[in-house]
Amino acid sequence: MITLQFCYLVAGLAFGSFAVLSATDRTNRKRFGNAMFWGLFASSFLFGSYLSDWQNGLLVLALIVLGGCNLLGHGKPTTATLDERRDSAVWRGNWLFAPALLVPAIALLGTLFLKQVQIGVLPLLDVKNLTVISLVLGIVVALAVAMLWLKPRPLAPPQEGRRLADMVGWAIILPQLLASLGAIFALSGVGKAVGEIATHCLPLDKPLEAVVAYCVGMAAFTAIMGNAFAAFPVMTAAIGLPLIVHQFHGNPAIMAAIGMLSGFCGTLTTPMAANFNIVPAALLELPDRNGVIKVQLPTAGLMLIANTLLMYFLVFRF
Amino acid sequence: MLTLLGVAVVVVGFVIRLNPLLVIGAAAFVTGWAAGLSPVEILDALGKAFNENRYVSLLWLILPLIGLLERYGLQERARMLIGRIRAVTVGRLLLLYFIIRQVTASLGLTSLGGHPQMVRPLIAPMAEAAAEKELGTISDDTRFRIRANAAAVDNVALFFGEDVFIAIGSILLIKGFLQQSGIIVQPFELSVWAIPTAVLALLIQGTRVLLLDRRLRRDAPRAAE
Repeated sequence: MITLQFCYLVAGLAFGSFAVLSATDRTNRKRFGNAMFWGLFASSFLFGSYLSDWQNGLLVLALIVLGGCNLLGHGKPTTATLDERRDSAVWRGNWLFAPALLVPAIALLGTLFLKQVQIGVLPLLDVKNLTVISLVLGIVVALAVAMLWLKPRPLAPPQEGRRLADMVGWAIILPQLLASLGAIFALSGVGKAVGEIATHCLPLDKPLEAVVAYCVGMAAFTAIMGNAFAAFPVMTAAIGLPLIVHQFHGNPAIMAAIGMLSGFCGTLTTPMAANFNIVPAALLELPDRNGVIKVQLPTAGLMLIANTLLMYFLVFRF
Repeated sequence: MLTLLGVAVVVVGFVIRLNPLLVIGAAAFVTGWAAGLSPVEILDALGKAFNENRYVSLLWLILPLIGLLERYGLQERARMLIGRIRAVTVGRLLLLYFIIRQVTASLGLTSLGGHPQMVRPLIAPMAEAAAEKELGTISDDTRFRIRANAAAVDNVALFFGEDVFIAIGSILLIKGFLQQSGIIVQPFELSVWAIPTAVLALLIQGTRVLLLDRRLRRDAPRAAE
């Protein structure tokens, strides 16, 4: 059976190869910083399941120090020149898109159809993590196809991967680290504290006030937590259910659906939602880390107003 | 109330633009300390959560594939493709991508887009090529603005498209939460109320990317000086 553990092995080998290649890259003044960072990240994938919690915790601290104290540089592996790329693009044509599109295609087919496939009594893929595993499977198959077709030197994929990984740099671990911070927030009762403030400090005796407090609260709390999923249970238990549904007899399905979408408006505005806002800025080589957020702010504001009005006009009517 | 100190650390840290890794590390320890945890307990919690969330980072496995294809001219090919279509502008291209991204997300196909897979290798170079075709050479500021807009289109289309699908994570979370509170709703009842917001998102972001065309045209002569 292909499980998450298999995917972690693949990821460990990939980041491990980035580490080894970084260590030998003399163009990078901080090459040992990069080698240690990718090496530790690889160890997390390879050995994380066998380490104790505090050992994993130390590993996280080391990653934070390496990434946070500017100890990473940019490796410059030899890659194709612009002219070589243009020539290749002209003569290989639109087939170049095929391997890139193969990834979502396989991920999709895997999610839809591999659920029932069994080898003996065991399913082929671990059903609990079907989407992620299908995605990794898609990447591995697409890379194999690209290798057979393009016949690059064997070290080309890890070198090119390292080129991009160094470009994103420490931001690579940001989404995972933020998810971990979310766990600590949950453990410490941050959500409950915010909910108490929201209910005690706001005057909420009219339907409109309750709807505004709920929608704006969802957006604001999501911006703080970086994730609407963390904000939803807190705000809905504090304002949505007691006031909008029970006191003013609103429709719970409309309240919840539009409430979640109000939270997504907050996601558009916050560096805490790193994989949507900070990572693309790094991937697109923007000089301003908040460049994507700035473009999204007007949309987020307009959508929040739209959601609040939609909820007010729909939730008490159906 | 003391537990909110960690939230304050995050807000202040991001506002004064400290390195986010340090901010998050500090916030984790401050929050845990305020909740009465010992440093070792905080380290335990952090390590455990990081380990359990490793699947979040698996998407990065796509980097070697994208890098390899870029070596063989993927971005250049995307530019050439756009260069041949006469009617294309930055705004129209991004609007088209918005619609495709939103419709596929609303059918549950959320993995058909994304920043490492689609925006960096395909959509951003295509949008830049569309601008260059119309305006000639573009300044770096313009280039960055176009790229940021390409990323924003992917996000907005995904966020306000995916909830129309009945088996997406957020819909299942809502259903589970309401069920715990004694309210039974079907996923379909929830996803149908995501449709008005989806339409408004298309109108708002669509208008904005079409206005971007006008802005790029207005700024172009200034950049050429």
